[in-house]
Amino acid sequence: MNSRIMKYAFIALALGWMGLAMAAPDVGATQKQPLNVHAIVMFFIFVMATLGITYWAAQRTKSASDYYTAGGGITGTQNGLAIAGDYMSAATLLGLTSLTYFQGFDGYIYCICFYVGWPFIMFIMAERLRNLGKFTFADITSYRLDQRQVRTIAAIGSLTVVVFYLIAQMVGAGQLIKLLFGLEYWMAVVIVGVMMVIYVTFGGMIATTWVQIIKACLLLGGGTLVMLLAFSKFGFNFETLTTQAVANSKKGLALMGPGSLLADPVTAVSLSLGLMFGTAGLPHILMRFFTVPNAKEARKSVFVATLCVGFFFTVVALMGLSAITIVGTDPQYFEGSVVGSRLLGGNNMPAMHLAHAVGGNLLLGFLSAVAFATILAVVAGLALAGASAISHDLYANVIRKGQATEAEEVRISKSSSLILGVLAVLLGIAFERQNVAFMVGLAFGVAASCNFPVLILSMYWKGLTTRGAIWGSIAGLVSAVLIVVLSKAVWVSVLGNKEPIFPYEQPAIFSMPLAFFMAWLGSVTDSSVRATREKEAFEDQYVRAQTGFGSAGAAAH
Amino acid sequence: MSTAVYERIRKNPKFDELVAKRSRFAWMLTVIVLGIYFIFIMVVAFNPTLLATPIWEGGTASIAWPIGAGMILLFWLMTGLYIRRANGEFDDINSEIIKGAIE
Repeated sequence: MNSRIMKYAFIALALGWMGLAMAAPDVGATQKQPLNVHAIVMFFIFVMATLGITYWAAQRTKSASDYYTAGGGITGTQNGLAIAGDYMSAATLLGLTSLTYFQGFDGYIYCICFYVGWPFIMFIMAERLRNLGKFTFADITSYRLDQRQVRTIAAIGSLTVVVFYLIAQMVGAGQLIKLLFGLEYWMAVVIVGVMMVIYVTFGGMIATTWVQIIKACLLLGGGTLVMLLAFSKFGFNFETLTTQAVANSKKGLALMGPGSLLADPVTAVSLSLGLMFGTAGLPHILMRFFTVPNAKEARKSVFVATLCVGFFFTVVALMGLSAITIVGTDPQYFEGSVVGSRLLGGNNMPAMHLAHAVGGNLLLGFLSAVAFATILAVVAGLALAGASAISHDLYANVIRKGQATEAEEVRISKSSSLILGVLAVLLGIAFERQNVAFMVGLAFGVAASCNFPVLILSMYWKGLTTRGAIWGSIAGLVSAVLIVVLSKAVWVSVLGNKEPIFPYEQPAIFSMPLAFFMAWLGSVTDSSVRATREKEAFEDQYVRAQTGFGSAGAAAH
Repeated sequence: MSTAVYERIRKNPKFDELVAKRSRFAWMLTVIVLGIYFIFIMVVAFNPTLLATPIWEGGTASIAWPIGAGMILLFWLMTGLYIRRANGEFDDINSEIIKGAIE
């Protein structure tokens, strides 16, 4: 039955796309860029290919394990690419190129902060995650604690991260597609929402993983090509590149060192903590550790992911530096053709203009299509993680107390992804004119403060009890959200107040220690019978974490 | 059933050996990575001009870039180092322990 629905969806979508491609020129009058035919054709090919994969994946998705974690049958290398794909969003490509374009080395500092979580995940988390987890990271935090309470709070943490991240992606998608494809904002948001739901409901983790792998390869390949073409204009000489960049930038020599972006130490440290440990608390990334058969493959995936992410960030930084000279001195990329005025299409455009400058409309079209594909793949991963938190944690284990059948659980997950899709589209449209930059920061802040501390304590600290886990999670969640809301990013920029109540925008340096402290306090003051039992259960969990004996999937494959 | 197996594994001296060796190695690498990284962040926060020093006397390109790229490369190589021992030496001990426990 699934496959028949899938076939109809496929045809409907194909027709819809043709209609859209033809209808679009009529509405392309106002602020938008002219319709980008190359980009639309290439994106259309991507969509068709991924729908084909989804169709194939739907046939192979039979059990709950297939649906949530591709049956644990993804290899380390494949999973590494998929993890890297989840991590390299359109915001990375456009935002970090733009940051390097305007701020120079500050852009690369951001890249390094984003990157350094990976070795940490490798050494401290990868094998334990794989050995203890099954479908969601709450499987680990609730392993020896109270299922209902701990899963509820973990699901709230996951959904908070997923929703904030989704809004940021949706708004980014709408703006980007308006610019790159010449389509209406709402159309772009609806397309992203519809595709996301199709991938997740029909293809589950198998489709989501393969969409992510394809996109990771396209993004790495496309980015590298643009970077090489751009770097060749400087004879592949870094000294020439930087000399010209410094000569052509308003910031001059300031490009070559850390600048104003991280001027105060509290912000610098807080940002780096948030990005680093936030990575280790993102539900859609954590879920990927359960798609490989064993700890060996889990380690391999982090190795591959670390390579891809590190390489890509370096490519992005070089793109940004090259764009300073190549894009920054070319009047055609500026409003009113005046060098030094606003960049056409806004501040996030250096990567796209660079692609056009070095490879013409064809390369611009390709990179635009890749950027759109990137958003699709990332939101699909997010939606699956969110839907799993609802179905596996909230529905199956909290509401039905573990009595739900696999089929019921998967059905709930599919309806949840539909609801998340609708919600994402509505929020995406509602937030069209808002500055949503803070939402990614908020997602990382909550991931680092609500999910990460309890996750790491549950794996490493025998003394953690249910009460500690709840206190820690709530303290992290509330303080991270509160700090962001009271800081300049929301209090002034969004709510329009004059002065921020809290002076720092990055919550991690305050909210993370608070979460750890509350988790500790809640645990050590807990002398209940349950707490004693929970501490005793650590021994078995510890053996499983270390050896992988008894871990999910290991027997089946 | 599995509790009995876990008990047997825990009593195996090889288990202690595995945990001790692997944990020591993992924590050592973590401390190195975090140490280098936080030194870098501290330099960014407290002495940014140091990083703006040109690589070559009179040149433009600063040492910040190769330091950044070097950190990325080094950290990746360290994950490679970990995976080599973990997937080889440590996993061999691991499978021996499990085999001993279920027999």
